[in-house]
Amino acid sequence: MATSTSVRERLERLFQSRIVILDGSMGVMLQHKGLSDEDFRGHRFRDHPKPLRNNSDVLCLTQPELVTQVHREYLEAGADIVTTNTFTATRVSQADFGLEDLAYEMNLEGARLARKAADAFENRFVAGSLGPTNVTLSLSPRVEDASYRDVTFDQLRDGYAEAARALVEGGVDILLIETVFDTLNGKAAIAAVKEVAPDVPLFLSVTIVDRSGRNLSGQTVEAFWTSVEHAQPFAAGINCSLGATEMRPYIEAMSRVAPVYVTCYPNAGLPNAFGGYDEQPPTTSGLLKEFAEAGFLNAAGGCCGTGPEHIKQIRQAMEQVAPRQVSAA
Amino acid sequence: MRGGANLLDVNMDADLLDSEEAMVRFLNLIATEPEIARLPIMVDSSKWTVLEAGLKCLQGKGVCNSISLKGGEEPFLEQARLVREYGAAVVVMAFDETGQADTVERKVDICTRAYRLLVDKVGFPPEDIIFDPNILPIATGIEEHAAYAKAFIEATRIIKQQCPGVHVSGGVSNLSFSFRGNDRVREAIHSAFLYHAIRGGLDMGIVNAGQLVVYEDIPRDLLEMVEDIIFDRRPDATERLVDFAKSISGAGSKREVDLSWREGSVEERLKHAVLHGEVAYIEEDAEEARVKYGKPLLVIEGPLMDGMKVVGDLFGAGKMFLPQVVKSARAMKKAVAYLEPFMAAAREARMAAGGAAETASKGKIVLATVKGDVHDIGKNIVGVVLACNNYEVHDLGVMVPAEKILDTAIELGADVVGLSGLITPSLDEMVVVAKEMTRRDFRIPLLIGGATTSKQHTAVRIAPAYDGTTVHVLDASRVIGVVSDLLDGGRRHKFEQDNAALQEKLRAQHKSSRRPLLTLPEARAKRLRLPFEQLPKPPFTGRKVIEPDLATLRAYVDWTFFFHAWELKGKYPAILDSPSQGAAARELFEHSQELLDEIQKNGWLKARGVYGFWPAHAEGDDIALDNGVRFPMLRQQVDHGDDKPYLSLVDFVAQQGDHIGAFAVTAGIGVDELAARYSADHDDYRAIMVKALADRLAEAFAEYLHEEVRRSWYESGPKLPNDELIAERYRGIRPAFGYPACPDHSEKQTLFNLLDARSIGMELTESGAMTPTAAVSGLYFAHPQSRYFMVGKIGRDQVEDYARRKGMTAAEAERWLRPNLAYDE
Repeated sequence: MATSTSVRERLERLFQSRIVILDGSMGVMLQHKGLSDEDFRGHRFRDHPKPLRNNSDVLCLTQPELVTQVHREYLEAGADIVTTNTFTATRVSQADFGLEDLAYEMNLEGARLARKAADAFENRFVAGSLGPTNVTLSLSPRVEDASYRDVTFDQLRDGYAEAARALVEGGVDILLIETVFDTLNGKAAIAAVKEVAPDVPLFLSVTIVDRSGRNLSGQTVEAFWTSVEHAQPFAAGINCSLGATEMRPYIEAMSRVAPVYVTCYPNAGLPNAFGGYDEQPPTTSGLLKEFAEAGFLNAAGGCCGTGPEHIKQIRQAMEQVAPRQVSAA
Repeated sequence: MRGGANLLDVNMDADLLDSEEAMVRFLNLIATEPEIARLPIMVDSSKWTVLEAGLKCLQGKGVCNSISLKGGEEPFLEQARLVREYGAAVVVMAFDETGQADTVERKVDICTRAYRLLVDKVGFPPEDIIFDPNILPIATGIEEHAAYAKAFIEATRIIKQQCPGVHVSGGVSNLSFSFRGNDRVREAIHSAFLYHAIRGGLDMGIVNAGQLVVYEDIPRDLLEMVEDIIFDRRPDATERLVDFAKSISGAGSKREVDLSWREGSVEERLKHAVLHGEVAYIEEDAEEARVKYGKPLLVIEGPLMDGMKVVGDLFGAGKMFLPQVVKSARAMKKAVAYLEPFMAAAREARMAAGGAAETASKGKIVLATVKGDVHDIGKNIVGVVLACNNYEVHDLGVMVPAEKILDTAIELGADVVGLSGLITPSLDEMVVVAKEMTRRDFRIPLLIGGATTSKQHTAVRIAPAYDGTTVHVLDASRVIGVVSDLLDGGRRHKFEQDNAALQEKLRAQHKSSRRPLLTLPEARAKRLRLPFEQLPKPPFTGRKVIEPDLATLRAYVDWTFFFHAWELKGKYPAILDSPSQGAAARELFEHSQELLDEIQKNGWLKARGVYGFWPAHAEGDDIALDNGVRFPMLRQQVDHGDDKPYLSLVDFVAQQGDHIGAFAVTAGIGVDELAARYSADHDDYRAIMVKALADRLAEAFAEYLHEEVRRSWYESGPKLPNDELIAERYRGIRPAFGYPACPDHSEKQTLFNLLDARSIGMELTESGAMTPTAAVSGLYFAHPQSRYFMVGKIGRDQVEDYARRKGMTAAEAERWLRPNLAYDE
């Protein structure tokens, strides 16, 4: 408790002093390494019955050096906050890979790796990532039964609680509920965090999935904030699926309705026809700079498709711009 | 929701119900209904477990109704903490360990105690607290009850002072419990009480909003007596009101706007339902009318047709619009479907008794989309409009061969045949049907409709092929006028004469309007010569499959054309504010968005496409791909009379080292099943809407993919907003075969082979129509000066040359290019 209070104070000071820099995509960096299923399995899971390729979180256990290296690259690029490689490391999501029982360990190791990397630099922070999972509480996957759900609120909350406990044990400074596509999933995560780590600074980040400005479960930014306000987060923002160009009206709305620090880490543009991202660092950082100058931002970084060069240029772009004034901070 | 609720209170407490399970199931269900999901939910139960289960289903901010200090502080605090954890507001009843609060003092004490606990110990924001300080019945004859209303209003005032930020609510109808059966008095009590309680600080009340009189409208004498009991102003207040009540017992106002029409006679109700396309009570009312009239047919011919007649008149007068008419037809169809089994039973009984079947319709009409064509939105609308006007419509569907159309017409003794088609080869097929009608000695009128048809083409090519009358019908709004004239003994002759005279004039104009042509070598000599510098390289060569989600495509939809499909002519979004069509357009748009939301959410429609790039160059008037595939192109030949070049698409491709792109996309995977499902439910409105939406999404897909292609091939800078995409303010074109720049539909075969479009479920009919129908295909040209143009009329020399290049006979080429021929074969 004493530690998290002082972390909160240090964070406050940082957010008051300037626009804070978040890191970029973990996934794209790991993809660039061209890992094979064997690399994902490592020695430990070489006989695991299911393929583990694309299970980025298992790399915390099998390729810790790689994960640490990505963190280090972002820290070198100037990120104030690095995010743990635990986006899908919940019991619910890991069930796809048959690794649900290792969710705790993945989060614990993920937190330790980021912690160690961050501690080699001065005044850096670690955010423990709690991703949206592969299921949705607000929609039915069955055409014939709209009341059916794949998972219950309690299952999700328990999964998030386990992950959050491990992240805190591994030494994160912040818990980050990110890419919230279904606000009810997000609320399950909030309930979990309030239960196991009520004093750790909480960041919330919604993802807008289409140009009507809604998340997958149909909420606008304003509705999202109203639905999660009770979490009393340290910061709230938008990340992922739209690129910065399309995101402007929504980040503006968030900065209008949420009386907390506002974060924004967009993708490198919209995915092209081939599923890749081609927005170049000067474009992303230029767009974010414009948001900052308009007074929308307290923190900026990158999501899918962004790398250390994006972060470096975002940092440079933000240097001359004052952070958004938070009235009720 | 439609009655205007601000908040939806959901209560599943009932003896025989597992209320926890019912709560979860119901909340999950309404969470997936976009129209309902926009309202905040109040989870209402006397059981905590049900409340908690309900709160776990709400993605938005809800209200928990209710908790109280009845069981002491500990469970109260625990429950409040959980409510807060689920992000909901809370209703707190003025109840404590010793019971319900009835006096001002108790109400205030309990509420302020609860306030301190919630705010200080749980950290509840005051604005999320709603106190319910108990509205209890007055005028019961028991002395202690007399002050209840006054106590509530007074307590409300104090609570709002002492607990800043909170809200106060109450169940208003409790108050007048002792006047059950006398709605006029009850309404007066509720209105007068609300008037004063709201001034005292009441924020919300549970009351039947449809049963409230306006305070000012309460008669003076009644108001005085009501206020006497509310404020406990005189000892005999109750007695006086009871006496007075006897003299004014009555049904009360019941002004629920939406349902007042339910009070009319069954005829009025059926008429209303048809006129407003309201299906909720249609079967119930049809049954009542059936019993009343004795014969189901009389119900159809009577009240239902009366309703449809009004619809027809209003439509004719331009006071109703197509979407509304189709909705009306849906109500009519549902009623008829309900009555049908009774009619069948009656028919059998009559036949058994040796009687004859009756015919009630104004005429029988056979409709079909001709062979080789699959487009049917317009035809379906025409069918609905005709059926609405009491014509018996036999719709044979799409891809119907001439033989089947004519066999059916003979078999049914049809009065009119109507043909529809969208692609140009269908025009030829219509001529085939017309010739066949002559051969088989038909005399009944032939109607021609569909997007590529025209009065010119009908006059010049179809009408001469048929001995009977052939009429071009511009759109669904004209069809009733045409058919009623044709089937009216008195008006028919005049109509046919006028029609024949018009067609003769059009034929004469057509002959004289022929403009001189250049010879093919002359036209080629005046081709467009473009500079080809720095030919951009596409991101890959070969083909790729793409499956974007509907959410992505939705942003690219050009809604203007959606309205056109419904014959609402105007530009989106201006059409929504149009003084004449705005209301219809807004309703249609709202329904379309709801349906699209549902489709998107449930994945009922899928979009899939294939596209690619190939090294290519110009060779004569052919676009030749390095892999041997060739697209022969046509060139303008009509004499412009100036120096402008004579264009062909091939002019936009370099003689060497260039590339060409190609694409075929559909957003119609699943559309037929979905439309069939709605049709089976007698819901043509949605069946038509689904198809119109799929068409728009396919176009949107083409627009989206073109953007992706341009960006990966040669375009940079910020993306254009949708209105600029619609206005085509970008470099490069994507012409489609069958359209003016490359009018030959048969080239789609080559295109589909190149793309292997069949591998993604797309097919071509013999006339080159694509299935699923909601599809777009074509070529991509990158040159900055490439643009759309019309090939226009071409001469025999080019047709023969083109046939040679395609390896087909001139006669076959003429068949594909007929609308472009500048000569008669």
